[in-house]
Amino acid sequence: MLKLEARPQPSSAWSYGSPLLALGITVIIGIIMFLALGKDPLRGLEMFFWQPIRNGYAVGELLVKATPLLIIALGLAVCFRSNVWNIGAEGQYIIGAIFAGGVALLADKTTGGWIVVPVMLAGVLGGMVWAGITALLKDRFNANEILVSLMLVYVAVQVLSYLVGGPWKDPQGFNFPQTKTFEAATRIPRLFDGSRVSIGVVLAMLGVAGMWIFLFRTRAGFALQVGGLAPAASRYAGFSSRKALWTALMISGGAAGLAGALEVAGPIGQLTPYVPAGYGFAAIIVAYVGRLHPIGMVFSAILMSMFYIGGEMAQSRMGLTKSLTGVFQGLLLFSLLACDTLVNYRLKLKGSK
Amino acid sequence: MTTPRLQLSGITKRYPSVVANSEVSLTVMPGETHAVLGENGAGKSTLMKIIYGSVKPDEGSVMFNGQPVHIRNPQEARAMGISMVFQHFSLFDTITVAENVWLGLSKTLTLDEVTHSITAKAQEYGLDIDPARPVHTLSVGEMQRVEIIRALLTNPKLLILDEPTSVLTPQAVEKLFVVLKKLASEGCSILYISHKLHEIRELCTACTVLRGGKVTGVCNPGEESNASLSKLMIGAEPPQLTHREQKPGLPVLTVNRLALPREDQFGVDLDGISLQVRAGEVVGIAGVSGNGQKELLYALSGEDVRSPAGSVRMGEVDMSRLHPGGRRKLGLHFVPEERLGRGAVPTLGLAHNLLLTRNNALSKSGWIRVKALEAQAADIIRRFNVKAGGPNSVARSLSGGNLQKFIVGREIDANPKLLIVSQPTWGVDVGAAAQIRGEILELRDKGCAVLVVSEELDELFELSDRLHVIAKGRLSPSVPIGEATIERIGEWMSGLWHEEVQAHLANMAVEATHAEA
Repeated sequence: MLKLEARPQPSSAWSYGSPLLALGITVIIGIIMFLALGKDPLRGLEMFFWQPIRNGYAVGELLVKATPLLIIALGLAVCFRSNVWNIGAEGQYIIGAIFAGGVALLADKTTGGWIVVPVMLAGVLGGMVWAGITALLKDRFNANEILVSLMLVYVAVQVLSYLVGGPWKDPQGFNFPQTKTFEAATRIPRLFDGSRVSIGVVLAMLGVAGMWIFLFRTRAGFALQVGGLAPAASRYAGFSSRKALWTALMISGGAAGLAGALEVAGPIGQLTPYVPAGYGFAAIIVAYVGRLHPIGMVFSAILMSMFYIGGEMAQSRMGLTKSLTGVFQGLLLFSLLACDTLVNYRLKLKGSK
Repeated sequence: MTTPRLQLSGITKRYPSVVANSEVSLTVMPGETHAVLGENGAGKSTLMKIIYGSVKPDEGSVMFNGQPVHIRNPQEARAMGISMVFQHFSLFDTITVAENVWLGLSKTLTLDEVTHSITAKAQEYGLDIDPARPVHTLSVGEMQRVEIIRALLTNPKLLILDEPTSVLTPQAVEKLFVVLKKLASEGCSILYISHKLHEIRELCTACTVLRGGKVTGVCNPGEESNASLSKLMIGAEPPQLTHREQKPGLPVLTVNRLALPREDQFGVDLDGISLQVRAGEVVGIAGVSGNGQKELLYALSGEDVRSPAGSVRMGEVDMSRLHPGGRRKLGLHFVPEERLGRGAVPTLGLAHNLLLTRNNALSKSGWIRVKALEAQAADIIRRFNVKAGGPNSVARSLSGGNLQKFIVGREIDANPKLLIVSQPTWGVDVGAAAQIRGEILELRDKGCAVLVVSEELDELFELSDRLHVIAKGRLSPSVPIGEATIERIGEWMSGLWHEEVQAHLANMAVEATHAEA
């Protein structure tokens, strides 16, 4: 019989190494999966790990998808570190997109490029408002934030469907449930010609630096994390748990909302029912695979983005289903949890009687 | 010759960083109360876990009733008749006493039967407990009673007790000893782990002394002196404290008729608590745990800010409604009872744990200056002789005594005007305890007002200038330490000071009219 025994001192090297090991295991299971599907495993892996970085354009596409994941994950990491379980980043992302889209729709042919700033700020505000509902209910009625934030995702989806199918529907849109295409002035500025990489990447990198400073170099960030690690110590120190709740949810809501704004005013260019792409949920995996560390999340966001692109490649080039993306995401999270368990515990073989 | 109940020989257990037990042998006869004496970290707990089956030895053999055994887990140990009461309780907070006990017993019993047998055992041995209460509402002392009852319910042949008296009053210790002596006379062997020498000398008939994982002596404690035992245990005699006479100065902390309804339904209502701590004196509060100490300390530290306006003052400032941070600015520093999780964040380094109560390494805007923070931690580690890997060792990795030294050091280093300490030396080894008490007295001599809440009377008698007793949410009048006796304080712990309360109140009224005139 196998038994788990707690290790007296978990290896600190392996606690960082375990995401890499988990990736390795994911690749191995992936190979087995391709073989079982009757496909060449090398070609399958190529789709996921080589095609997305084969040239500048591909890397650009990789970054386009990694950017919203990273921005959302940065906010979620603050939440998770302070013991606030915001599972509803997807909803905050959608409402952020709606707010940003609403501002973008106000623009006309004469509007200048300055409109991009209010578009992004509206996104941030939208995300904050949506996360604020969760914070308010938790604060006033001690409602469970996991349930509230998750349920609000589905409310947000309905709000979006209503708007694009009703008041905001494009009159010249052949009755498709979507808004008109935003004016060119509202488009998030791109960094280079011939690539869709926008200033969102720059904002994300600034976010990484800002988050690192906030978490590890400011008292406010410290207080927030103590609330997550040891609530009684936080009360003893006099850190306000209400403030921590609101700060964490405002930061993560704002981040998710910003990601929503960058998407609708960037690659998408209009509001459609297909705005929610699951980034809000995938970002939870990004946050954990990145060890809730700002720098770690850069790598995990890129990895998760590879899975998205690889899934699409595998569909178009190898005739495999796109669900492979979800399978790979799930495999990675699963292997990571298994590796983490083995970092903290060791397996002991116990002879049966 | 009778067969020994338990015989260990050549037990060795190595951990990656330390050898916890090296070639340890131990023999316990039936009906014998056998002490295992040693400082924290001497390997007592590991040895007991080996006997109880929760840790496997690397080498050595265990014989139980003359038969060689390999105890693979606590269930097997219990089935053989070995029960253990741990120093750190293994109770689930969110369920009731009866449900906790139920979990460890055979599944064929119903909850009602378990509740009945708890009440029966409790009565038989005089251990008062309500089986329907959730565990998180119990005080430390009450949790221990639950653990003891749980152990007794299995009708053990060998009972292991790990530091059982660290949270009990003298009367409760005596009661416990009656229970233990009764058990021993019924033929149950007892392994009694402690570092309290007088208890061992009173209770035990044999003693094995451990130091650094090795046996340093086997003796009959009745024939030894405290000095000879402590020499075996720590290799030296414990330092003596000097308590200098001092005239106390102005009042620093004044609590005036503080009444506070309980925050959770199993808490204690505070009722008309009045006390004063002046500069340069140590005031002690004795009492059995669960009589309002927790609630009073929350109200004093600012973790509970519901106190009526004017009821808690620091000097002339009303701080009833101030949060902990505000009170700290007035010079109030507090060492809580729970080290891990309240006094320190277990997974953070010592340096970062400074930030809970100290702002020295912060800039005005809240920026953490890491170098300054680490230097400050290193300074406290050096000054208070804390054994730690360095300023960035996580709090969890320190032994209880060393972490307590660090937390006490953190608060003393802030040069407080008022230091409130709860259970300053609970579960702390002799050397560290003596050092912490010495630091508290030194602080008092420098003119700091000190309030010590403890359940260890020896400690209070050693430290205090005046002593209060708390019982059922009320506070007794204070007695100067010279006039206090163990018997009197023990009686007060059950709330029997009423006549004296009346006299005291009358005196206060007279004094008040005099003051007004």
